Amino acid sequence: MSDVLLEIKKLNVFYGAIHAVKGIDIDVKKGEITTLIGANGAGKTSTLNSIVGLVRNKKGNIIYKGKEVSHLKPDAIVKSGIALAPEGRRIFPNLTVEENLQMGAFFRKDVAEVKRDLKWVLELFPRLKERLKQMGGTLSGGEQQMLAIARALMANPQILMMDEPSLGLAPLLVKEVFGVIKRVKREGKTVLLVEQNAAAALSIADYGYVLETGNIVLKGKGKELLANDEVRRAYLGVTV
Amino acid sequence: MWLTDFAQNLINGTLLGGLYALIAIGYTMVYGILRLINFAHGDILMWGVYFALYAVVAFGMPWWLGFLVGIALAGFLGFGIEKIAYRPLRNAPRISSLITAIGMSFFLESLAVVVFGGIPKSFNIYPKFFNHTLIFGHLRIQTLTFFILGITFLLLLGVLWLLYRTKTGTAMRAIATDIPTTSLMGANVDRIISLTFIIGSMLAATSGIMWAMRYPQVQPYMGFVPGMKAFVAAVIGGIGSVPGALVGGFLLGMTEILVVGFFPNLAGYRDVFAYVILIVLLMFRPTGIFTVYSEQKV
Ligand SMILES: Nc1ncnc2c1ncn2[C@@H]1O[C@H](COP(=O)(O)OP(=O)(O)OP(=O)(O)O)[C@@H](O)[C@H]1O
Ligand SMILES: [Mg+2]
Repeated sequence: MSDVLLEIKKLNVFYGAIHAVKGIDIDVKKGEITTLIGANGAGKTSTLNSIVGLVRNKKGNIIYKGKEVSHLKPDAIVKSGIALAPEGRRIFPNLTVEENLQMGAFFRKDVAEVKRDLKWVLELFPRLKERLKQMGGTLSGGEQQMLAIARALMANPQILMMDEPSLGLAPLLVKEVFGVIKRVKREGKTVLLVEQNAAAALSIADYGYVLETGNIVLKGKGKELLANDEVRRAYLGVTV
Repeated sequence: MWLTDFAQNLINGTLLGGLYALIAIGYTMVYGILRLINFAHGDILMWGVYFALYAVVAFGMPWWLGFLVGIALAGFLGFGIEKIAYRPLRNAPRISSLITAIGMSFFLESLAVVVFGGIPKSFNIYPKFFNHTLIFGHLRIQTLTFFILGITFLLLLGVLWLLYRTKTGTAMRAIATDIPTTSLMGANVDRIISLTFIIGSMLAATSGIMWAMRYPQVQPYMGFVPGMKAFVAAVIGGIGSVPGALVGGFLLGMTEILVVGFFPNLAGYRDVFAYVILIVLLMFRPTGIFTVYSEQKV
């Protein structure tokens, strides 16, 4: 039905002798939320970092809008429309919240639309609005996570990739962040979400992949995986 | 009379401090971005002065054009050094790039001896009106002083404007804490780092040329002392911080002049003061006056 915006074929990632990702295939469909779940060290971050060009030692194809992009550097990937809210937030601690957001739109020349997007992300995260002049490093962990997502959105990406946005957040904030992800989808954007919080991720995802030590062991519609006994036992902590 | 002396020394101190500050900014910007102490910085300054001298003497350019050419070529030299010597080592252990920087410094000095000769040359290429002395009551001030103070002030404002009021400057500050994440913003990190070296080198050359106008002798090791002092100024201010480099530069220049002015028999120890200030300050504030944010919340 919907077409594939980002196609990953036989992706392998190596760190020296470590073979972290072992030939995985992932399709990210336009306008959908695709999620990648898996335990610590499964290779989720390696996959996202490969897509965005931060990992260079990789094999396989990454095809975005029908074009091979696996050779591109991060700045070129981001300009082409894929943004990442990275693992561990990685906001700039020595810049103000406002400057962090401006950095998100660094490469953009469409000043008027950047302004509009700024208004939009501040509406998504009203807490940031009150703290525009505050240094990024002085924000609370939860606020930093919001800033990381907001900053990625400032690139006006077609695909928003998020690496464990709920990590270390209180339940109420997790709810807020997942609410924002749904709103981002409603805006017509495509989302690739990496999560450890499998229950929350699968419940909003259209499609999910389960990664285990570098291999995809399961895939299916979000609701189907949520009901899958194996997933329930391994990732949702349910005794079946 | 005491007041006039003080005012006279204040002016001289500001002058020297401004020159230090211009050099220190290059050190601190490069350190802030790459955590690299570019020991070749003072030698880029020296090359810039030679470029200016030869542009005027050998190519017959008017003095102001020669100055601009010297500054531009110094920028180009800095660009080349980063690209050839430092960039390949960006992910290597820090000690490798440090040793490379020291090697680059020796190389630039030795090459200057070969190309320009070791005998000091006179820097008499600027118009005589710079040497006019204006008299205000008991104060005697050279036209050159106004020129140097004016240029220094404008350049310092320019750097602050670039760093805190432009996108490129924001990216420079972002690179200082996190290079990969800055590239995730769609910024071409290599280009911004090149630009930093170019700006730092041009500021050093500008300072070097003004230095040569004040102490009109050019020789291959002339970059060493100003380079060292500026490095100390940058550390005093908190290395990596541009406002710190400004404060450190002025503090150092001012102290040097005032101490020598009021205790003339200590003049021989002049260069020692820089290190005394450094040591005393580092005992009480090891990170310098301005602490640079480097911690990241996890
Ligand atoms: N820079 C690196 N050098 C060496 N090994 C690495 C590097 N980065 C990741 N690895 C290894 O690759 C494997 C996959 O790591 P990755 O970060 O992709 O896992 P992850 O699924 O994101 O885990 P987590 O949920 O804990 O973030 C791990 O075994 C890890 O130790
Ligand atoms: Mg991870």
